[in-house]
Amino acid sequence: MASIASTAARGPRKRASGGLLSRFRERETWWAYGFISPWAFGFLALTLGPMVASLYFSFTDYGIEQIAGFKATEYVGAANYRQLMDDPKVATALLNTLTYTIMMVPATMAVALGLAMVLLRIGRASGFFRTVFYLPQMTPPVAVAILLLLMFNGSTGIVNEGLGLLHIPGPFWTSDPTWIKPGLVIMSVWSVGGTMVIYLAALRAVPRQLYEAAAMDGAKPWRRFRNVTLPMISPALFFTFIILTIAGITNFTEAFTAYFGPGQAGAEAPEAALMYTIYLFRQAFEFGAPGGMGFASAMAWLLFVIIMIVTLVNVVVSRRFVFYQGETK
Amino acid sequence: MSIRWKRGALLLAVATLGTVLAASFASAQPTERASMAGGKTLNIYGFGPGDDVANGRAEIAAKALGGASVDNPRGSFNDQAFLTRLASGDVPDVVYMSRDRIGTYAARGALLPLASCLRSESIDRKQYRAAAIAEVTYKGQLYALPEFTNQITIIVNNDVAKAAGVSLADISTTKWARLRQANKKMLKIENGKVTRIGFDPKIPEFFPLWVKWFGADLVSKDGLKAQLNTKQAVAALEFTYSLIRDHGGWDRFKAFRDTFDFFGTRNPVVANQMGAWPFESFYYNVLADNSPNADITAKYFTNRKGGPITLFAGSGWAIPRGSKDPDLACKWMKAMTAVNTWVSVAKDRLNLRRRQGRAFTGIYTANTNADRKVFEDVYQASGKKQFDDAVKLLVQAPRYGFSLPSSPASQQLRQAYIDAINRVLAGQQTPRVALDQAQREAQDAIDKAK
Repeated sequence: MASIASTAARGPRKRASGGLLSRFRERETWWAYGFISPWAFGFLALTLGPMVASLYFSFTDYGIEQIAGFKATEYVGAANYRQLMDDPKVATALLNTLTYTIMMVPATMAVALGLAMVLLRIGRASGFFRTVFYLPQMTPPVAVAILLLLMFNGSTGIVNEGLGLLHIPGPFWTSDPTWIKPGLVIMSVWSVGGTMVIYLAALRAVPRQLYEAAAMDGAKPWRRFRNVTLPMISPALFFTFIILTIAGITNFTEAFTAYFGPGQAGAEAPEAALMYTIYLFRQAFEFGAPGGMGFASAMAWLLFVIIMIVTLVNVVVSRRFVFYQGETK
Repeated sequence: MSIRWKRGALLLAVATLGTVLAASFASAQPTERASMAGGKTLNIYGFGPGDDVANGRAEIAAKALGGASVDNPRGSFNDQAFLTRLASGDVPDVVYMSRDRIGTYAARGALLPLASCLRSESIDRKQYRAAAIAEVTYKGQLYALPEFTNQITIIVNNDVAKAAGVSLADISTTKWARLRQANKKMLKIENGKVTRIGFDPKIPEFFPLWVKWFGADLVSKDGLKAQLNTKQAVAALEFTYSLIRDHGGWDRFKAFRDTFDFFGTRNPVVANQMGAWPFESFYYNVLADNSPNADITAKYFTNRKGGPITLFAGSGWAIPRGSKDPDLACKWMKAMTAVNTWVSVAKDRLNLRRRQGRAFTGIYTANTNADRKVFEDVYQASGKKQFDDAVKLLVQAPRYGFSLPSSPASQQLRQAYIDAINRVLAGQQTPRVALDQAQREAQDAIDKAK
């Protein structure tokens, strides 16, 4: 405690007198940079570098010839971006992706919150069920995709068998274009464990006194949930909303493995399962079209811009709905 | 801050960077060591892990390299990995890929024409089947040596046909109306679910075969003009879709078909889940292995005049531009597709099947001479009539074979008609509208690629 206090006291004085370089006199600063160096290297070399490269390629005719070095890469202006507008599959893939995201994000959040609240109340058994609910998160996405095909088979799948017991005729989840995305959403919701654990931690941090005060004021459970729980866990809800939205928009593995991967060869791949990243991947690596990598790079940058806009809108909107403890408005 | 702490932090950062860099370069080391070990090394990509026939041929081909060693990291051809190798300059000497990809890579200049290879190794291109050669020829230049050939014939499940009162003559693609009647008789729907498929037209995969029924093709001979929305193509799609609609629609049909243990002991023949369907020749091997007593009949897919037709599919060997040793690659390709090599492994396969007590259903290659020699010198009837009859049919089938001509946008052309058929199957578009859209997409892709 004394150390923190003394560091805090020293900090502003040193910055004021010595500027940026003087910070490196701090032992903690050196350690901090030492510890973040693996991430910094990874980010610079494996993320930022390729991002900058792909921005450049998105304005070029980069394709097989250029990759192999047979031809010089030529600047093509905004041609790849214009092609984004001309290619109807881009719009189809984007619509599929957004539809999937709009269904998946609230469904995942609702189920995760429901499970977290149940876990909060079951006392001793909580640890066991927390593990059980978290297990699907540990399942590789490829295995999840194969499970999807087995469980959601319209003829003999366990999901429709279960619905049959309730006298509900199950749909053809894997072949009816209307039901393909809901099937993928349900499989995503199945892997809800990570979000649930975040909510559980947030729920545990809500001061009990607030519930007691609300109860004394006559607030019923729903009112307590709406006026105490939700505001208090809103930072966690906001965080997961952003993360899940990005995960939804960049969804690839499950849909690709189930409908486009090796063994499927895309032969019976319905357009309803064509996610944006899948179309991007196929343009870059499978179709072998001239300038394919340049076009795929433009697709990637459009996706990046969409994610940034969605995130910025969320951040702006969140100022009205997210409550941070200790924050004064 | 003390020197000791600074050193500690610096060491941590350097150690991290060192670890990452070491890991990055580690993958390159084994190849370097192999080259330094002495002599030449042939670097292969896209081949294996194979069965006894593939591995046996690889052993023979390795001996034909005059002492050079072979570096063959096992794994099927993958466009992404291949492009990565081209980008990094780690170009393989020889690649094994599906023949329908050759046109795309040839058009992009990623493959070497094989004229000098044929000359230097005295390879007679006439020994290969013309249809297979057409598939790997782009703008008059040969870019790959074709290897296996899977021809498509119709497999009839005799038990299902008999039970439905359908004769073998009814299961003929020549008379579409008669075939549709047979389909209706053989299929079974119980409680709203398909429990048996009558005749599976196998679209979108074999759609080119149904269009060939008219004598038409989905692309022009030079591969530069898409022909996806011709009246023949529309009629072929309407008919094949009607066979599926008879089962209550694509949803029911596919959901049931997805439950098949297709390559297992409870395959659709044994389980009586399918009446008849066109399929690739390798499936006779699967049946002979897993259900040697399955009662099947092999039939030709016939055109509207009654003549047999079959669609070729298979892989081939090509030399990528940038190959460090094209001559060595050429020797390998020649040995892998040579008559003697095929005959040798066919003998081994026959002996293996005998030891296993299973039927030998032949080896079907893109090499006409090899097929003839294998059938004449190696093949012996197994005594299982259904498979022996199938072999007699398969041996003759390649002479009726065709393949889609190579195109600079072969992948996109294929994808265009596959997407169109999927839209029709999903009930989103009519055959005419779907194929019109496919035609625009495919022609646009070809125009950009040529």
